[in-house]
Amino acid sequence: MGGFKTIARRTFLIGSAAMVGGVAFGVYKYRTPHANPLLDDLPEGAAALTHYVLITGQDITLITPRADKGQGATSVQAALIAEELDVELDQIKTDPGPPSPAYYNTALSGDAVPFRSTDDSVLAETTRAVMDAPIKFISLQITGGSTTVPDGYDKLRMAGAVARETLKAAAAQIHGLDLAALITESGAVILPDGTRVPYQALASTAATLEPVTEVTLRAPDQWRLLGKPMRRVDILAKSTGTQDYGIDQTHPGMLHAAIRLNPAQGGEMRGFDASEAEKMRGVVKVVTVTGGIGVIADNTWRAFQAALAVEVDWAPAPYPAEMEGHWTALSKSFTPERQDSQFRDVGDVDATLAQGSDLSVEYRAPYLAHAPLEPVNATVLVGEGRVDVWTGTQIPGFVQKNVAHLTGIDAQNVHIHALMIGGSFGHRLEDDVVRHATTLAMAMPGTPIKLTYSREEDMTHDYPRQIAMARGRGRVIGGQVETFDLGIAMPSVMASQMSRQGLPTPGPDLQIVAGAWDQPFDIPNYRVTGYRAPELAPISSWRSVGASSNGFFHDCLLDELIHAAGADPLAERLRLCDHLPSRKVLEAVGEMSNWGGTLGPGQGRGVALCLSFGVPCAQVIEVSDTGAGIRIDRVFVAADVGRILDPVNFEGLVKGGVIFGLGHAMNCEVTYAGGAAEQENFDSFPGMRLYQCPEIVVRGLENAGKIRGVGEPPVPPAAAALGNAIFAATGTRLREMPFNKFVDFA
Amino acid sequence: MQLTVNGAEYDIEDLEPDMPLLWVLRDELGLKGPKYGCGIAQCGACTVHIDGVAVRSCQVPAGDVWGAVTTIEGLGTPEAPHPVQAAWIEHQVAQCGYCQSGQMMQAASLLAETPVPSDADIDDGMSGNLCRCGTYPRIREAVKTAAAKLSEG
Repeated sequence: MGGFKTIARRTFLIGSAAMVGGVAFGVYKYRTPHANPLLDDLPEGAAALTHYVLITGQDITLITPRADKGQGATSVQAALIAEELDVELDQIKTDPGPPSPAYYNTALSGDAVPFRSTDDSVLAETTRAVMDAPIKFISLQITGGSTTVPDGYDKLRMAGAVARETLKAAAAQIHGLDLAALITESGAVILPDGTRVPYQALASTAATLEPVTEVTLRAPDQWRLLGKPMRRVDILAKSTGTQDYGIDQTHPGMLHAAIRLNPAQGGEMRGFDASEAEKMRGVVKVVTVTGGIGVIADNTWRAFQAALAVEVDWAPAPYPAEMEGHWTALSKSFTPERQDSQFRDVGDVDATLAQGSDLSVEYRAPYLAHAPLEPVNATVLVGEGRVDVWTGTQIPGFVQKNVAHLTGIDAQNVHIHALMIGGSFGHRLEDDVVRHATTLAMAMPGTPIKLTYSREEDMTHDYPRQIAMARGRGRVIGGQVETFDLGIAMPSVMASQMSRQGLPTPGPDLQIVAGAWDQPFDIPNYRVTGYRAPELAPISSWRSVGASSNGFFHDCLLDELIHAAGADPLAERLRLCDHLPSRKVLEAVGEMSNWGGTLGPGQGRGVALCLSFGVPCAQVIEVSDTGAGIRIDRVFVAADVGRILDPVNFEGLVKGGVIFGLGHAMNCEVTYAGGAAEQENFDSFPGMRLYQCPEIVVRGLENAGKIRGVGEPPVPPAAAALGNAIFAATGTRLREMPFNKFVDFA
Repeated sequence: MQLTVNGAEYDIEDLEPDMPLLWVLRDELGLKGPKYGCGIAQCGACTVHIDGVAVRSCQVPAGDVWGAVTTIEGLGTPEAPHPVQAAWIEHQVAQCGYCQSGQMMQAASLLAETPVPSDADIDDGMSGNLCRCGTYPRIREAVKTAAAKLSEG
C-alpha cells in the first residue's frame, strides 16, 4: 500500500495548506448553529421550528432543500421529517427553501477522500470529518453524489423531533399540563382528555418558545412511514399533467427567449447579423450573451425560429475539432508525468507482469450527453435592487452568487425559487442557462424573461460525461486471477466543472479512478492507476460520474482475466471479494438468476459488480443472440444501501438506473466534428426504448452499515454486465461503448 | 382558424398557420400539460389526441389540425382521473414525470384502439415515447392495469 500512503499524505498537506488557521475556524463555524433562513419574511403568527419545519395558522410546510429531479428527493426528505414530527404526508406542503448555509450538504465530502468507502478505520473517519470543514466555505448546497439520504437521515429526523417536542411544550404551556402527559399523532398534540390540538393552533405560541433541543430519535422498528411503501408526494400531479416544471413558468408580462451558442462549446462569437431575425413576427430584441446570441420574443416557437435566422460568425473550438484528437490525447496520457493517483498498489504488479501478461487490452468510453427530457430553462426578473430567478437547480448557492455577480445586486436580494426538474442526471449541476437568462433579463429590466433551450442547443451544450480510456493487463495462475493492473486516463471532471464556478480543485481527482481503485477485491497483485489527461471538451458530472466509465473498465477486465483463468465468473468474483455486503449482493444475483443453470441456444449470461457511492450493486444479465441482433432478456440486480427508506421508490430508481446504464452502453455517444457535437437530438442519441426494455428483478439488501443513496450505484455495473453477457453469448468481447458500433441490438 | 381543445372553442385566426400545435397549446392557450422535449417527433412528450387518436403536437401545424384536440388536462383531473391516470397513480410510474403526460395520452389512444393489448401490442404502441428516467417496466404494468379497468367498464 505504498502508493496509498503517499497520496493520503499529499492530500492531507494540500488540505492543510488550504485551511491554514482554518481548520479550527471551520470546525467552529460548523458547530455554530447557522441562522435560520426561514425567520426572514416569516408570516405573522407563523413558527419556523428548526430550519426544516414551518407552521402557520393554516399550513404545515416541510423544507426539502435537495433538488428533486425525479429521484423522489422531495418525498424522502419530507418523510424523514414527518416520521418524527408525527404528521402524515397528505397533511403537509413542501418547499425547497432558500439557498442558505443551513442547508449545506455534509455527506458529499465523505466521498472526497482517498479511502475506500468500505474503510471504517479511525484514519479514514478522521479525514472525512476534516474534509467536512472546507465544504462549508464553498457554499455547497448541492444535490448530487447520491447524498440526499445519507446527508438528511439524521438531521431531518432530528428537525422533525425538535419541532414535535417544541409543539408539545407549547401545548403544555397553553393548557397548563405536564409535558409527559402529551402525545402527538397525525399533525396534532393529543391532550390527556383526548382533545386534538392541531399543530397550526400551536404555531404562534411555539414561536415564542426556545426550541427543545434534546431529543431521542425513534428506533426503526417504531417507524410509521419510513421503511414501508410510501406514496410519493408528487405522484398525483405527475399522473394528471398538473405538475409544474421550470419550463411551465408564467408571470404577468413575461416574454419568451431562445438562445444560439457557438456549436463548438465554449468557443467565442466573432460577430453576428440579426437584421432578418429582428424583422420576424413577435421578436422583441436580440441580445449578445457569452458565446452567442439570445432572442427575446412573445412566444417560444417564434424565439426559436428567430434564433436560427441570425447569421453568426463563430470562432473555432477551444479543444480538438475532431475525435481523433481527443482519443490521441488520452492515448498519450498514460505517462508518469500525467499520473494523478495510485491509491491501489498491492503486491508486486511489475514483477509478476515481467514474467508475461496473459492479456493486454484497451477500453474506451465516449462522451455522453445528460439529455434530460426537460430542456434546461430559467425565468429571470431583474427589478429595482432585486432579482427573482425561477429554475430547477442542484446548485442554488452558486446560482445566487453568479446572478448577484452579473447584476451587481447583493446576493441577499437575489431570490432563487427552486422548481421541480424534469430529469437531470447531473445536467442541473451547471448553471449556464441561468447566467444567459440573467443577461437577457438585464436587457429588459422589469420584464420576466423565460429562456428555454431548444433540444438542439441543450444537447450540443450539455457539458457531457467524460471521455475515458483504460489499459489493462494481468496474469492468471492455477485457474485463479493473480495480477490485475488497470490504468485509466481521462480529463478531470471536477476540474472542468468547478472551473466554471471559479473554484480550484487541489489534489488528485478521485473521479478519475472512482469505481475502480476502490473495488472490494483482494487480488494478490492489484494496481489501479489514474492518469489525468489534458483538458479537452468541457465535461461535467453524469449520473455516477467516474464510475460510469470505470465500472465498465474494471469489471470487464476482471471478467476477461477470469475467463483467461478458466474460472467461473461468479465463483471467482466471490473468491476474490473481501467485503461482506458486496459478497451478499453477488450471492443474491447468483441465486436470483439461477447462475449456472442451463440457457437456451444463443443465450449468454454475464455478471458484474461495482461498488460506488458506498453501495455495492451486482447485476446478472441474460442476453440472446437472435440473429436479428442482441436482445437483453432479463436483468437480476441486488444493491445494498444499508437501509431502504421507501421500497417502492428504491425499486423504481434501481430499475431506472439499470435502464440508463444499458441504454447508453447500447447506442449513445457524443462525437465532435468540426468542433461541434454531432448529436443534436434523440434521433442520434436514442437511449433505450420501451420495446428493448428487459424484465428487471430487483432485490434490496440491508447488510451495509451506513445508509446510502441509490440514484447512481445501479448505473456502473450495467454496461459491464451487458458486455460480459454478450461475450458469453457470442464470444465477442466488447471493449468500447457504445456497443452498437460492433453488434446490432434487436 | 378555429380550434377545439378539451371541449372549448378557440379563435386562432391571428396565429401563423405553421406554428406547431404544441406551441399554440402551451404559449397561446396556456395548457402546460403537453411538454416540449425534442420538436422532431422523437420523444412523444408533446402527445395529444386529435379525434381520440394520439399525435405528436410538435409536428402538427396549427393550420392543419383536422379535429377536436384533447390534452392531458382533458383526459382526466386530479379529482376525477381517467383510468389510465388512475393506473399511473397506482403503480407510481412517474420519476421526473416530464414524459408521463405524453405516455398517458399514448396509452389512452392505444387502449381505445386495442382494449386488450398483448405485450407485443404494448411494446409497439408505446415505443415512440421516450422516458429518460427508465420507467418502462411500470409503464407496461400500468397499461395492463388500465386495460383491465377499462374492459370492466
